[in-house]
Amino acid sequence: MAASDGPSRPLGGLPGVASILVPLGLFALFAAQIPAVALGPVAWSADWVPSLDVAIGFRLDGLSLLFALLITGIGALVALYASSYLGGDRHYARFVCYLLAFMAGMLGLVLSDNLLSLFVFWEVTTISSYLLIGYNADDPLSRRNALQALLVTGTGGLAFLAGIVLIGAAAGTFSIAALGDLTGHALYPAILVLVLAGAFTKSAQVPFHFWLPNAMAAPTPVSAYLHSATMVKGGVYLLARLNPNLGGTEAWFWTLTLVGGFTAVFASVVALRQTDLKQVLAWTTLMALGTLTLFIGAGTGGAIKGMVVFLLVHALYKAALFLVAGLVDHGAGTREAPRLAGLGRAMPLTFAAAALAGLSMAGLPPFFGFLGKEYLYKGALEGAAAGWVAGSAFAASALMFAAAGIVALRPFVGRPTSAAEGAHEGPWPMLLGPLLLAGLGAALGIAPGLSRAVLEPAASAVLGRPMAVELHLWSGWTPALWLSLATFALGLVLYLGHLRVRGALAKVRAVFDPGWDRLMDGVAAGAHGLARTVQGGRLRTYLFVTFAALALMLAATLLRMGAWPEAPLGDDLRAKHWSVLVFILAGAAVTAATGSRMTAIAALGTVGIGVALIFIMFGAPDVAITQLLVEVLQVVLVAVAMLKLPRMAPERLRGARAWHLALALAIGAMTTVVLLAVNAAPLDLRITAWFEAESYAAAFGRNIVNVILVDFRALDTFGEVAVVAVAALGAYALLRGTRGAAR
Amino acid sequence: MTTSLIVRAATRVLVGLLLVFSIFMLLRGHNEPGGGFIGGLIGATGFILYAIAHGCRAAREALRVEPQTIAVAGLGLALLAGVMGWGFGDALFTGQWAFFRYGEGEAAGYVPISTVLLFDVGVYLVVLGSVLTLVLALEEEI
Repeated sequence: MAASDGPSRPLGGLPGVASILVPLGLFALFAAQIPAVALGPVAWSADWVPSLDVAIGFRLDGLSLLFALLITGIGALVALYASSYLGGDRHYARFVCYLLAFMAGMLGLVLSDNLLSLFVFWEVTTISSYLLIGYNADDPLSRRNALQALLVTGTGGLAFLAGIVLIGAAAGTFSIAALGDLTGHALYPAILVLVLAGAFTKSAQVPFHFWLPNAMAAPTPVSAYLHSATMVKGGVYLLARLNPNLGGTEAWFWTLTLVGGFTAVFASVVALRQTDLKQVLAWTTLMALGTLTLFIGAGTGGAIKGMVVFLLVHALYKAALFLVAGLVDHGAGTREAPRLAGLGRAMPLTFAAAALAGLSMAGLPPFFGFLGKEYLYKGALEGAAAGWVAGSAFAASALMFAAAGIVALRPFVGRPTSAAEGAHEGPWPMLLGPLLLAGLGAALGIAPGLSRAVLEPAASAVLGRPMAVELHLWSGWTPALWLSLATFALGLVLYLGHLRVRGALAKVRAVFDPGWDRLMDGVAAGAHGLARTVQGGRLRTYLFVTFAALALMLAATLLRMGAWPEAPLGDDLRAKHWSVLVFILAGAAVTAATGSRMTAIAALGTVGIGVALIFIMFGAPDVAITQLLVEVLQVVLVAVAMLKLPRMAPERLRGARAWHLALALAIGAMTTVVLLAVNAAPLDLRITAWFEAESYAAAFGRNIVNVILVDFRALDTFGEVAVVAVAALGAYALLRGTRGAAR
Repeated sequence: MTTSLIVRAATRVLVGLLLVFSIFMLLRGHNEPGGGFIGGLIGATGFILYAIAHGCRAAREALRVEPQTIAVAGLGLALLAGVMGWGFGDALFTGQWAFFRYGEGEAAGYVPISTVLLFDVGVYLVVLGSVLTLVLALEEEI
């Protein structure tokens, strides 16, 4: 992906400026809410579908605010970066649309108070991230990876929807603020499984992690945005949001800590194996997501405090480093780590941003990352299963230390490679974001009190009770500090030996993607086979199956209900009834027996006319007229169509005719029985009486049928005529289409 | 296409009668058997008869407007009638009525005009247009 393909307008022109100013303005709005949220959540809601208890409810509490600030703040910087990185691209305006849609979805997700609207926004982020990841739509790999992300997160989204429905059933409300503790409910295990499926796929926990590194096919600003601050943290947000409602049980604790811990360690090991800078960063993102999940699972006050601090730490350094990777790509023309060294001289500002962010990522004092790691360790050591939680956090942090060196240090120092010799610094819109984010990481480390106003309400919201977040760089020779020092030592060893580690790891085969491709091929083959079986293309088969299914279902229902009506072969049938009956039967018999299509359709017309006669006898003239007219038109239509068909060949059907006869008799018998059963039940005349009374009084019409059609049920009629018109247009297009093809 | 002289001569009379009858059915529908559905079907029968006797091209010329256009215009009219109820402050598709008085003394009466009638006219046009779209397209296919 070239940085820019054509002459670029400053800041990407109007779309670019809009994409920068909108999030920037929102950031200012949210920042202004910080003092209010510190006192309590700010809520706003309006009914949407009151009958389903769906409200558009927005609720800004500490957790939402932290996310909203990250989404809008990093969003503005990423948009600024993209205006330069993609500003000359042919589809830049489209990119801006996707980006803003994604941002809106993400904001809605973290602000929604109603689970159903939260789900809608959840899916908005899924779809818009699919579009963003597949932005380079000419590249088949890009399309495949976008589809993979969509399918994995979309499937998880469906599970989450099912979980939401169960939560609604269990809690009696969809409002998150009013859910209460659900851990004791009988549905809790099912809810837990479904919600976790949604959260784990979105936040790419093992074994659903494989889509995230593949999503690096996206342009770099997208990666920076989706994978540092936002989309992938959607799942983490969900876990944190529902922690007060679903957390605190053994199942919650073990599932989250085991999955999160394993993801963190596994991902940071794989990160060392990568050579592409973006891939290294993608796998370390997985590590961060695993760590966040691990600590939400651990659930103690300290763990949540560490989780919230680490969330902010990670968003800051990861967004900066992704943007740096884009700058390196832009300046040196490659992101391959082995080909990069000594870039620092040509790209001093990029190096500065990379160094600041990298030091925070490595967790060195006095950077914010150090605090993040310290408080993670403190939280880990105070809770249950401290060995597992602290152990996996320790291993992941040490590996992270090495990864930070690979990404942020190695490309910039040493003897310049050939790629580095032609390197040049990026333009200011691309530099501002990483410098600002990395600088913020340093500033918050030196003056941690600055973050308190945001982090304290966030931690309280996750925990479900007030929680003080006072951060200190120095809190004595605590076990956490010793653990930090051990982390640095192990991390340094890993960094120095990382070439050997990479060589060893490279021999292990990747196992997920071939399996995914086989799964997709299998699904496609299965769908193809199914379609070929079900849609064989023979109208006769379709009709046979449809009617057979109808007969079977009717028979089954009648058997189950045991409602076999008596046959009232009535004495009240008079000669006129018998004559119509004979008329209809004769028409049907001729239709079935004739060898000529024209005779068949004419005979079928007589059946229809017989039915119209029945309607007249029983006082439904409107229905009778309609039936008659439709019958006439149908004969005309079918007669015209039949001129196109080949001669009937009844001899070909000889074997099947017995079956057709049997089916026809079965359908007839079932319909008769059903009608008799319906007639046997006492008729509720209340609706009829109401229409009779109201037809003239309320709608000024004496023909009840028509008054119902055009007034009482006008909306239904409108739907019906719309169907008629669309069907006619569709048939017209089809006929014209075949004619065009025939010529 | 050659059709018998009898058919062609009869068609001249019948088509006019069918069309008048279709409008009659449409208008009486609110109180007697009839209405937009039935009226539209009868009107379509008239044009189809004309097409059989004189060919599709002649029928299209007699229609002046493409039948698909008639169908869609009818749909728009029905929607308009529905939205008008909304415009008067009621729920969508609530009928609105106006009664115009005429005559004096014994002979006095009211002409009722309503959005319901407009709606029924829309239904009439949709049915007429849709059926003709189908039949004419099929006939021309042959």
